[in-house]
Amino acid sequence: MPVVFDKPHALTDVPMHYCPGCTHGIVHRLVAEVIDELGIEGKTIGIAPVGCSVFAYNYFNCDMIEAAHGRAPAVATGVKRSDPENHIVFTYQGDGDLASIGMAETVHAAARNENITIIFINNAIYGMTGGQMAPTSLPGQVTQTSPYGRDTNHCGFPIKVCEMLSELDGPEYLERVTVSNVKNIVKAKKAIKKAFQNQIDGKGFSLVEVVSTCPTNWGMTPQNALKWLEENMLPYYPLGVYKDRSAKEETK
Amino acid sequence: MADKILMKGNEAIAEAAIKAGCMHYFGYPITPQTEVAAYMAKKMPKIGGCFLQAESEVAAINMVYGVACTGKRVMTSSSSPGISLKSEGLSYLAGADLPSLVVNVQRGGPGLGGIQPSQADYFQATKGGGHGDFKMIVLAPSSVQEMADLTVKGFDLADKYRMTAMILADGTMGQMMEPVSLDYEVKETVDKPWATTGTKLERDHNIVTSLFLNPDELEVLNFERYDRYKYIEQNEVMYEEYLMDDAEICIAAFGIAARVAKNAINEARSQGIKVGLIRPITLWPFPVAPFKKAAEKVKEIISVELSMGQMIEDVKLASECKVPVTLCNRTGGMIPSPEQVLEAIKKANGGAK
Amino acid sequence: MTTQILLSGFGGQGILFTGKFLAYKGLLEDKNVSWLPSYGPEMRGGTASCSVIISDEEVGSPIISEPDVLIAMNLPSFEKFVPTVKAGGIVIADSSLIETKTDRTDIDVHYIPATSLASEMGKQSLANMVILGKLLSVMKDFNEENVKTVLAKVIPPKKAEMLEINMQAMKLGTNY
Repeated sequence: MPVVFDKPHALTDVPMHYCPGCTHGIVHRLVAEVIDELGIEGKTIGIAPVGCSVFAYNYFNCDMIEAAHGRAPAVATGVKRSDPENHIVFTYQGDGDLASIGMAETVHAAARNENITIIFINNAIYGMTGGQMAPTSLPGQVTQTSPYGRDTNHCGFPIKVCEMLSELDGPEYLERVTVSNVKNIVKAKKAIKKAFQNQIDGKGFSLVEVVSTCPTNWGMTPQNALKWLEENMLPYYPLGVYKDRSAKEETK
Repeated sequence: MADKILMKGNEAIAEAAIKAGCMHYFGYPITPQTEVAAYMAKKMPKIGGCFLQAESEVAAINMVYGVACTGKRVMTSSSSPGISLKSEGLSYLAGADLPSLVVNVQRGGPGLGGIQPSQADYFQATKGGGHGDFKMIVLAPSSVQEMADLTVKGFDLADKYRMTAMILADGTMGQMMEPVSLDYEVKETVDKPWATTGTKLERDHNIVTSLFLNPDELEVLNFERYDRYKYIEQNEVMYEEYLMDDAEICIAAFGIAARVAKNAINEARSQGIKVGLIRPITLWPFPVAPFKKAAEKVKEIISVELSMGQMIEDVKLASECKVPVTLCNRTGGMIPSPEQVLEAIKKANGGAK
Repeated sequence: MTTQILLSGFGGQGILFTGKFLAYKGLLEDKNVSWLPSYGPEMRGGTASCSVIISDEEVGSPIISEPDVLIAMNLPSFEKFVPTVKAGGIVIADSSLIETKTDRTDIDVHYIPATSLASEMGKQSLANMVILGKLLSVMKDFNEENVKTVLAKVIPPKKAEMLEINMQAMKLGTNY
């Protein structure tokens, strides 16, 4: 019987630990497909964060490293610089990891235009520790540590990572995508591919923010979570390209 | 002597590291070790190496972690407050069994403290330096030549045992200049099949991690690591003995304190007092045996330290409390004078009340 | 034989460089040497000091509490360190900047207007070399060839043209 659908080679053949309906699985697959299509698995080194995707190192077939919480961009800097010609390096980070504890590492890797690829999962919550307020939790959003809704007078506003980084001269490419429906998934894959291609081409820091869901900690069915994402997150976190230096230079 | 040049201790560390094949350095400025970074910044770009000033000590140690994952020799340096920031990374390096070289040119603490020399990070260095069960090999240079020699040695030990080697120096050692010879033969590097350098689709993927949620598995790994530590304790201890053969009083001191102590010992000897020195070069593994032996024949051990008394605890353990162990110290950036040490020797000898 | 030399003055007077010269001179004469600077924020404009030990034996502590030789290039250094000089020791003081004199009679004190002499030759910044020349002549240790060799070691190749003028400044000191 002909095989019409298979797992990408860059994914290992093990069951994932993610909750039903979680979008991590989709994004993992997109990253793996891109690695396959670009033919870079043998030289790719991935860096997993602390958070729900901590076990990403078990799911990708390339060499993998587990970093301390928030430090993935610094670790990636070391890995990349140890052999810039032969290493393709990506980090896979959540919002707590990238935008809270690891903000300094994120900003400075961007400012240096570090030639790495960052896949940033923004689901507005801390998943692994059980649903606490994230730096990207929306105003009013109820979480375990904002039980009365995020009060911006008390704990400030969500951080819009792409917008913020786009003010820097350093980064090459910043795009926000989502995986809420098939059309968006296709767009997300295109962005992820570009983020890896940029690295291959030596263009520099490329970050794709994927607006994602967390049905378990949002307390929703997967379907309702996707609906909530579209109705609440996308207005606050508009999709689009926030920076694409090479494209800009070409159009000049 | 023609091949000797005058170098600052900090610069000697940097040059020795390069000679040892370290082509990656990450750091963040802090007195009194900034010369290491400055030297690397000047030299690395010219030899195809990488110097990068990190955004913080935390980032620097994680960049070290990244290069270490790929199996290449890598280092960072800092001073006391910066080492506290790096302690997270030190624990992760240990948990992932990664080799690295970390330099601590100590200054007075706690807190921001001061910038003058200190040995008050002894506990931090020898008792772990971060969370969890782990050790670092801790090397304590007492001259600029040793700053260089122990740097090379540190890289070798780190590779051999897949762990962090720390150079525990102090502001004096970092800032002083002495003649130094840097003729090293670059050794064969250890094979590192665990390194994450890309599978080239020729092998299963390597994973470098310190995460083991299954406690059975984590316990086994910790046991194995401590077996390795035991081997190191039996095979890698380094120390210097000075005039210990007929000594009735023993000084315990490392680094700059040992040099001050030697002045005092020479003076005491000229006054007929039989005093000698045991100078640990490895602070971990600690030279237990020579102190145990000394405790059989001396009447007192004096621990001379630039701290409120930290190594003294290991000296007491090693000598099994068979003889009194007393402290002769300054702290906060102050250095004991030879006269102060001489007074302590005289007191131990039953003189100068 | 161990000689402990303490050099002290304002930051910018070339105290550390002078110490480096003495340390390199010792090294080239096959002695054991150490050079220890004061360090930290006081490096700029404040007090700079430097301890140099030259010895036939292994150098123990690099810290000097009782110098055999003191080079004092400003008043605070002179007042602070002259009382610490060993009996029989040598002091070279820049009398352009130090108007006082010591009462001590058990030490060999030389006052030399180094800053003025250096200014007269158009290089005020070389007062330290004038002092150094004086010190070497007092110690009966000035040998032009040796000095040249040492200067070539301590002056970076980029500034090689400075060698001659440094030598001139030193001679102002030796001849004073």
